[in-house]
Amino acid sequence: MAQDDPFQIGFIYVGSPGDYGWTYEHDQARLAVEEHFGDRVETVFLENVPEGADAERSITQMILGGADMIFTTSFGFGEATNAVAGQFPDVYFEHATGYQRDFPNVSTYSARFYEGRAVIGHIAGHMTESNIVGYIGSYPIPEVIRGINSAYLHAREVNPDVEFRVVWAYTWFDPAVEADAAQALIDAGADVIMQHTDSTAPQTVAQEAGIISFGQASDMIQFAPAPRVASIIDNWAPYYIRRVGEAMDGTWTQGDVWEGIDTGMVVIGEMTDAIPEDVRASAAALRDAIAAGEYHPFTGPINRQDGTAWLAEGEIADDGTLAGMSFYVEGITGDIPN
Amino acid sequence: MIVLEKRAEPSRAWGAGGPILAVVLTMLAGGVMFAALGIDPVEAIRIIFWDPLFSERFAGYSRPQLLVKAGPLILIAIGLSMGFRAGIWNIGAEGQYIVGAICGAAFGLAFYPSENPLIFPGMVIAGVAGGVAWAMIPALLKVYARTNEILVSLLLVYVAEAMLASAATGWLRNPEGSGFPGSRNLARHPGTDNPELFAGTGMHWGVLAAFVAVIVAYVIMTRHLLGYQIRLAGQAPRAARFGGVNPARLVILCMGISGALAGAAGVFEVSGPAARISIDFNVGYGFTAIIVAFLGRLNPIGILLAGLLMALTFIGGELAQLMLGVPAPAIQAFQGMLLFFLLALDVLANYRVRIKRKVAA
Repeated sequence: MAQDDPFQIGFIYVGSPGDYGWTYEHDQARLAVEEHFGDRVETVFLENVPEGADAERSITQMILGGADMIFTTSFGFGEATNAVAGQFPDVYFEHATGYQRDFPNVSTYSARFYEGRAVIGHIAGHMTESNIVGYIGSYPIPEVIRGINSAYLHAREVNPDVEFRVVWAYTWFDPAVEADAAQALIDAGADVIMQHTDSTAPQTVAQEAGIISFGQASDMIQFAPAPRVASIIDNWAPYYIRRVGEAMDGTWTQGDVWEGIDTGMVVIGEMTDAIPEDVRASAAALRDAIAAGEYHPFTGPINRQDGTAWLAEGEIADDGTLAGMSFYVEGITGDIPN
Repeated sequence: MIVLEKRAEPSRAWGAGGPILAVVLTMLAGGVMFAALGIDPVEAIRIIFWDPLFSERFAGYSRPQLLVKAGPLILIAIGLSMGFRAGIWNIGAEGQYIVGAICGAAFGLAFYPSENPLIFPGMVIAGVAGGVAWAMIPALLKVYARTNEILVSLLLVYVAEAMLASAATGWLRNPEGSGFPGSRNLARHPGTDNPELFAGTGMHWGVLAAFVAVIVAYVIMTRHLLGYQIRLAGQAPRAARFGGVNPARLVILCMGISGALAGAAGVFEVSGPAARISIDFNVGYGFTAIIVAFLGRLNPIGILLAGLLMALTFIGGELAQLMLGVPAPAIQAFQGMLLFFLLALDVLANYRVRIKRKVAA
């Protein structure tokens, strides 16, 4: 390859950049990489790639097409990413939200979304009048369970009577299913909706019902000032720019990062006027304390749902337990399906 | 006025020339669409149809991938085609595929970490049994309760998907996967793996099974009494009954065969290309196989070719996205055009177009 060829970076998307959620944010970061490096880089992407055997082919064809670095932006691409990485040791691989790093050219990266959940949980606890918060879960996996626990703990902290109702959508992106789930939660009395799915459908339902909700993955600012009163934004651009730069000057090394509000990978979107000013202030204080490293959302005492002790007074959860979290904390009703 | 007149015999010329003309028409219509999107149409069509097979850069990898992609489609479509010929509509092959994969994977994982060479055959048997069992629900309900097999088999797909999610996040989850969903890797463990049989060909046991299924189905449909009964039941159900065909037996047999092949496809996929049980293990092969079956005119050789053609448009379409930035929905529209023209020209094989003058009353 000639020296002045642009460095080609390929992105594998599980959804479409038009989802205004998860994939949209990864695509924004791709555009930020293009903007930052200009002519020195070239980016390509494949959208709606199924997680499974097809992903392996998609990644391989991307590399045969000239890609020097690959970002696979969904957990389900882990197997395929590692399988291809073994065959192309000179290509750099970055796998989002995964844990498998079978070859030295594979890194994984994720964000501490639960820090954002703590902040919106705090807001939800203050805002709910029915004391029922509806939560649309995608799949009962540690990532999602951790988010429910974090949101619940911080809602209960400010409102001891709060209850969480969780509906499992068994999809990451299906506007019809997500809308049904939101409606079911509203029918059950929820006046705050949180989602861990990617579409804006729950926002639309919340708007019609006149209740509040939170933007997920992207800002979903088109639903502000209400129902969307705040949001958790995944901001991948700084990480992508940093890693592409390292790959280009040969300083890239295998890594596994889990960054949060402190580095700006997790951003709390604008809190709107629909939230009372004192709550906005306390939520911002919570956000800043997390960012400064003064407070960890999982600080004891915390018991498991069955009443057994998990974290003692002042004890902070370790990353290993958080990464594999498969239990609810005390106070959440209902079972995790399996 | 234009009228369609049914031909006494399907036209052989249209039967053979139709698919070729359909591909040409798709290239023209698709070319117009690509041009409207500001993409060089000649380049796009070359990348979709030519590059996966013959380009120096991609073909070495893409050609074997054609088999990997077409294998499960052909295997499932062959099973479906027999029932379809008899007027038995199994729309739920996707569910049978999932249950086959779960049963096969569960069998293999039950003996983990043993590397006994008998495990893989056991997994295949378990998977086939799972697929058959799942297909028997709509079959027996149809025979004994007169339910509609289209609805029951389709709805059972959603049940199977829920079972898959439960297996991936619960009882088949990798105990060493730190709580993440998904089973152990079957493809990288000797004993449970379905490897490439000849390096660099993409040929795994599932592709081989698909080829064998094509041959066996061809023999059954043309040479065997069962094939005669299937065709008779489809064309003239009353005559078939008088001719001694037991309709209940035929339903169970046809649903059983399609369930078995879909289940087998599931095992071969989960132990090979997909490598493990995961939440998103199924990607719609069971549904696409319905299109493949009809595209191949329910004929085993036709299904073989249709499966390969579908795989080509998937792989070539992906290359076009990659190399030219063609949007994914445009590729789907292009695939849709191909199906549309193939089926539309099929009409001409069975009907004659006549232009009639309106007679004044």
